This record gives sequence, structure tokens and C-alpha cells, in this order.
Amino acid sequence: MQSFLRLISAKFKNQLLFKMKNDGIFHNQLTSRGLIAYILGVFLVGFYIIVYFFPELLTRVIVLFDPISQFLKSKPADRWFMYGVLYTIAIIVMGIRMIRKHWGNNYQVFRTGSVIFFQTCIAFLLPELLSRFNMPYQDLKNIWPLDYYFFFDYNIKAKLAAGTFGIFMLGWGIFLFVVGVPVMTYFFGKRWYCSWVCGCGGLAETAGDPFRQLSDKSLKAWKIERYLIYFVLFFAIVMTITVLMTYFTGQQKVFGFIDSGGLRSIYGFWIGGIFAGVVGTGFYPVMGNRVWCRFGCPLAAYLGIIQKYKSKFRITVNEGQCISCGNCSTYCEMGIDVRSYAQKNQDIVRASCVGCGICADVCPRGVLNLENLPQISRKIS
Amino acid sequence: MPTQKHICIIGNGIAGITAARHIRKLSDHPITIISSESTYFYSRTALMYIYMGHMKFEHTKPYEDWFWAKNRLNLVQALVEKVDFSNKKILLSTSESIDYDDLILAIGSKSNRFGWPGQDLKGVQGLYSIQDLEAMEANTQGIKKAIIVGGGLIGVEMAEMLISRKIKVTFLARESNFWDNVLPLEEAQLIEREIKKHGIDLRLNSELAEIIGDETNKVVQIKTKANETIDCEFLGITVGVSPNIDFLKNTDLEVSKGILVNEYLQTNLPNVYAIGDCVEHQNPPEGRRNIEQIWYSGKIMGETLAQTICGNHTQYEPGIFYNSAKFFDIEYSVYGSIPNNLPDNVSTFYWENKAANKCLRINFDIATNQIVGIHAFGIRIRQSIAIKWIKNKNTIASVLSELEKVNFDAEFSKTYFSEIQESATI
Repeated sequence: MQSFLRLISAKFKNQLLFKMKNDGIFHNQLTSRGLIAYILGVFLVGFYIIVYFFPELLTRVIVLFDPISQFLKSKPADRWFMYGVLYTIAIIVMGIRMIRKHWGNNYQVFRTGSVIFFQTCIAFLLPELLSRFNMPYQDLKNIWPLDYYFFFDYNIKAKLAAGTFGIFMLGWGIFLFVVGVPVMTYFFGKRWYCSWVCGCGGLAETAGDPFRQLSDKSLKAWKIERYLIYFVLFFAIVMTITVLMTYFTGQQKVFGFIDSGGLRSIYGFWIGGIFAGVVGTGFYPVMGNRVWCRFGCPLAAYLGIIQKYKSKFRITVNEGQCISCGNCSTYCEMGIDVRSYAQKNQDIVRASCVGCGICADVCPRGVLNLENLPQISRKIS
Repeated sequence: MPTQKHICIIGNGIAGITAARHIRKLSDHPITIISSESTYFYSRTALMYIYMGHMKFEHTKPYEDWFWAKNRLNLVQALVEKVDFSNKKILLSTSESIDYDDLILAIGSKSNRFGWPGQDLKGVQGLYSIQDLEAMEANTQGIKKAIIVGGGLIGVEMAEMLISRKIKVTFLARESNFWDNVLPLEEAQLIEREIKKHGIDLRLNSELAEIIGDETNKVVQIKTKANETIDCEFLGITVGVSPNIDFLKNTDLEVSKGILVNEYLQTNLPNVYAIGDCVEHQNPPEGRRNIEQIWYSGKIMGETLAQTICGNHTQYEPGIFYNSAKFFDIEYSVYGSIPNNLPDNVSTFYWENKAANKCLRINFDIATNQIVGIHAFGIRIRQSIAIKWIKNKNTIASVLSELEKVNFDAEFSKTYFSEIQESATI
């Protein structure tokens, strides 16, 4: 009887949890930029455009989310509530798929569990519950400059008006980018945020995982990446400074000629809406799952600078074992040519690496390992 | 500026390309690389992943296509018919010729065939080149049943490829335990379990006698030496590879099984060198075979020869032996010497996990207790530490006491080191 039960449970376990391989990914239309991928891309882009710019088209859909919204915060649903619910469901459902796929690799299992937790509890439930109690709406794990509206006048005012807890939220947000980011990145690399905590990263690592192999690995793409991401970081800093100056001085025009409100809406539309949303997620099936994180995210740029110049993190290469097969580069969602380092036995130290650990997972010779060791021991030349 | 010489490399595999890159780093000599297989260097270790849909061919190219012109590496895609060593001329099948000053032969291997009746039938093939992969793609379209003959690493890869397309595989190996001409019994059995777990019909002690075709000359059946017949629509022959030197036989170049070279990778002819799979070492380095078809050996030979050609006479020194492979889901690596049969002066420590799919073996000298080799299946090993222990002749006791240092598994992985240490004290 006992052995029979063991047999059944083993069968059950094999059915439910198995290490999925990458078999057929480039034979599948959806995951190799076939027609279906483009159709999905158009659908996602259309969805984002409607949510951002034509929400009135969704009125009948949004009311469907009223029961959940009423339950959580006793208010009817709006488009952002609907978006939050869909976003969270996508991360949970595809996160479970990710855990199944990598069952047996604890790094992947824990990391995916972490992004599911942060999205569901910290990014979605907590802010909705806060608003139920008339507290300011704030995702406590979102960090400026990704959270570019953190220093907008209405956000600051709402927090200052909310008393001690509001002040704490303001202080917490500042603490995160002044102290949290450099300290955590020094010890663990930017992965502590990008592939364990972040919501954009969370969606990329779960719903976006089937598309990770589509990132562009060329040297040209790397050049474009560096121009673009540091430009966005610069833009975010300038925009925030002008917005704060307007807040403190009350002058709409900063230095007499820069319209901070105009700058703010240009950033919000082009970077926050078009780049992060429409392109960042809509283009998953065509350009891979980290387009925004790689080319646009100003927080990723900031984390990356610290990771590159002051961090214990690196991907260690196991001496001469690399057979240059290219699995690592193919499955790097950030478009890093991992193989180019591995085959010359050089540790991978790149500003863009989000430490997802998939390169080490797909390596058929166990050549790669994500490690935090004294910075001096990084083998980079 | 030293005088320029035209360096021709035949073969664009890992050995030839590594030599070319390193010669370019060290000098401005004009370099021509000739290959009939592909225009650009690709990694043949990844052929299986193309078939399985993990990658496309373009992903197997370690350098982008602009790399070659930028580094003034002249690529010629053509078949070399003959080398006229006395006039330093390479004759191509297009009847063109190329003059060289220095010649590097990096011509790799070819799949073995042992003269079986029917071995040239359609649907019968090995797996070595892009052309083989293309043939396999065509030969396995829509089929349901395949046979693989030859229990080695390529055989396992081919089996994995075929089952990824839901093709039933019968796997014949002449050994009585899988790959037991290399692996000790426990490891051979561990791999046998892994092969069977994937639904493969593994038949040991089984040798191919004859291949039978239909009226269109397509394989339909094989007969074993035990007179057993098995139906199939595809027959993979993976009974090893040997140096691809047919076109060099009966020339002034000294060859045996491979191209004979000395410690400096020089052949018997001046200005002619050989590297990689096609080489047969006259005096192989300690602990190594005279023909060693391993990716990194080709790489080290290429680097070494680049030094010699650029004026810094350098001996081939690959160091302590190591290698790695993967059998379905089980990664395998070896450091130092772990022969299939234990020598009289060597003792062994062996540990296997309860699920019987991971193991660690450490061999050590009985008289001195110094370790001579490490074998790991399903556990990733940090090469620098393993090699250091063997080089420094650490004792088995000291190695076991600091075993966790050699761990290279991913963070948060279950580690087995305390279990291994406990099993050692009993």
C-alpha cells in the first residue's frame, strides 16, 4: 500500500513539477518571431495604447473589476485598478509556470517566489488597502527614478498631509535610493532589485520568460543600449530637479525658461507611457522581455553603474570548461554575449546583468555561477 | 617590423580559429582560413541544440560576421583537394590554388565506419558537421523509430535529439556497461539508469552486423551479431571519430592514425604544423592520450602554436587532464585520472546520493593517500580547486575535510558535502 502511494505521488509530482527544457523554442511560431508572435505583439501594443490613452473604450470592461475593487477598498474600479489586477494575475500565473519549468533549481524557484510576493502583496494589495484607509497610494518597493512621479508635487503633498505614516513613506523612498540601492547592490549586485523585487522585472521574468531568447546580442545593440539608458537617466534627473524647484519656489518656469510641467509631461508620455509600457511590454514577442529594463530604465542604469564599479557580484567562469555552444548568450534576456566572456575564462561583470541566473542554468557544462565574493577577485581581464 | 609571411590554415574549427585569432593578436602576417564546411566559424558542440530547437544556427557563431574582415582574417570556403608540400601550394577542388609560407592543418575528425554491409544506405549517418545535421533533419522528418549504434558521448547526444522530436530510440552499445571503456562500473550504471529513464531502449552487449535497406536504398532494419533484427527508419552511427587525414595519405607528410607532431606541434615537414583533433602526438604530455579529441585541447594547441609561429617557441602543455560532458540531465566532469579499472596502487572513495543520480568519486594513492583524480556526476565542481588539489598532491583526508570549497552549484542548491563527509567516516 505504502509503495503504491509512493508510486502515485511520484507520478503526480512528475506531472506537476518537472524541469521543462527549451525543446522546440525556435520551432515554435510564438517564441521565434513567427506570425503569431507579431499578432500577439500588435494585441499587446493595442492594449497599452487603449489603457493609457483611450480608457473610455474600456468602461464596460472596467466595471467587471468592481467587485474586487469594492471588496478591497470600497471604491469602484478604475482603469489602473483593472491594469493592476491583470498585471498581478499575469505574474502569478506565469510565475507558477516559471517555477514548474525550473523545479529543482532553487535559485530560480526562490527568485520567482519573491517577484510574485512583491507584486501581489507590496505592489498591489498594500497600496489598495492603504487607499481604503485614506492613506497615500504608494508602492513601497518602487524606487525613484523608476518611480519618476515620487517627487511630483501632488505626491509630496499627499504624503505630508497623511501625517507620520506619510512622512515615513517619503523618508523610506528617499532612503531606498540614497542608501538601499548602493548598499544592497554592493553586496548582491543589481539582481536584488531587478530580478527579485521589481514589478517590471517581475513581469519580464514570468510573463516575459518565453521571449527571453529574442534579445539582440550584437555589439551594435550594446552601443545603442548605453546611449539610450544613460540618456533616460539624465532626463529623469533633470526632470525631477526642475519639478522639485517648481515645488519649492512656486515658479512654473525654472531658471526663467524651462517649463517643469512641460518637461514632466514629456517624460511621462514618452518615457513612462510609450517606452516603459507600449514598447517595453508590447514588444515582448518581438524584441524580448527586457527591452525597457535594458534600454530605458533609469533605475537599472543607476543600479548598473554601482554593479559595475562597486560590487561583489559577478558571474564566475569555471576555468577552461566552456565549449562555446552559445546557450548562455542565446538565453540572456539582457542581450549580453555571455559566451564571449566564458570562452576566454573572464568573469562576467556587466552593468546590465540582472542576475536572473538563466545562463548558468542552460549551460550544459556547468561553466557559469552567480557569486558574491570580494570585488578584487573578479577576473575581468 | 618582422618580415611578413602568408599563413594558411586549413580548417575553421576551434583549433584553427584560435590559432588565427592569436596570430592576429601577436602579428600582422596575412592569414587565410580555408574550410569546406562553413563560411564562418561556428561551434559544433551546439549542433544538437539546433536540432532540438534551443538555438538557431546563427546563435552558434561565437563571433559576429564583421569580425573576420575587421581583423583581416581572410575566409575561403572551398574544399582542399591536395597539398603540394614541395611547392608550398594548396590545391582547391575548384582547381584554384593558394600559396602559403606557413601551413597549419586543423582539419578535425571524421565519423568512424567499420565496413558494415549497407553502411551507405539512405538514413544511415553520423553527426559531426553542419552537413550531417542537415542530413539528420531530412532523414528524420516524420519518422517514428530510430536506432543508434555506439555508446559514447555523441550517441547520447543523438538519443537526446531524437527523443526531443518524439522519435523512439533503440540504443545499441557493444560494452557490457555503458561507456565502461572509460567509466568505472558505478558511474556506467548511473548513466544507464538515466538513459532508460528517458524511455530509451538501451541494449548492452549488442553489436551491429548488417544494415538492411528497401528497394529505394533506404534503411529499414538492422541485424545484430546475435542475429537479432530490429526495424528502424533512421540509423545513427556514433562509434567514435578519427583524424580526417585521407587526402594527406601517401604524401611527404608523416601520418599514422593522425598527423604526427612533436611537442611544438611541428610535423616532419618544415613550415607545416598540425593542431586539434587531427593530431597524433609522438610524445603525448603526461597523463594524456596521443590522440585527444577535446574542445579545449584544440583551443590550447591553437594558442600554443600561435606563439611558436610568431617567434616565441612554445611547447604544448595542456596541464592536468580534465573534461566534461552531459548525459541527458546529468552533468559530468572529471579531473586528473579516473580509469575504468582501478590500478593496484590506487584506492577509491565513492559516494552516491539516495536518488542514485548524483555521485562523487575521488581516487587516491594507497601508499601516500594523495589524491589522483575526481569524478562528479550531477554536482558542479570548481575546476581551479580540483586541479589545485591534484597538483599539490593533497591527501584524501584533507580534501574531504574542505570539500565544500570545490562546490560550483548554483546558490541555494541542496549541497551534499556533509552527507559525503559523513559517509567517508563510516
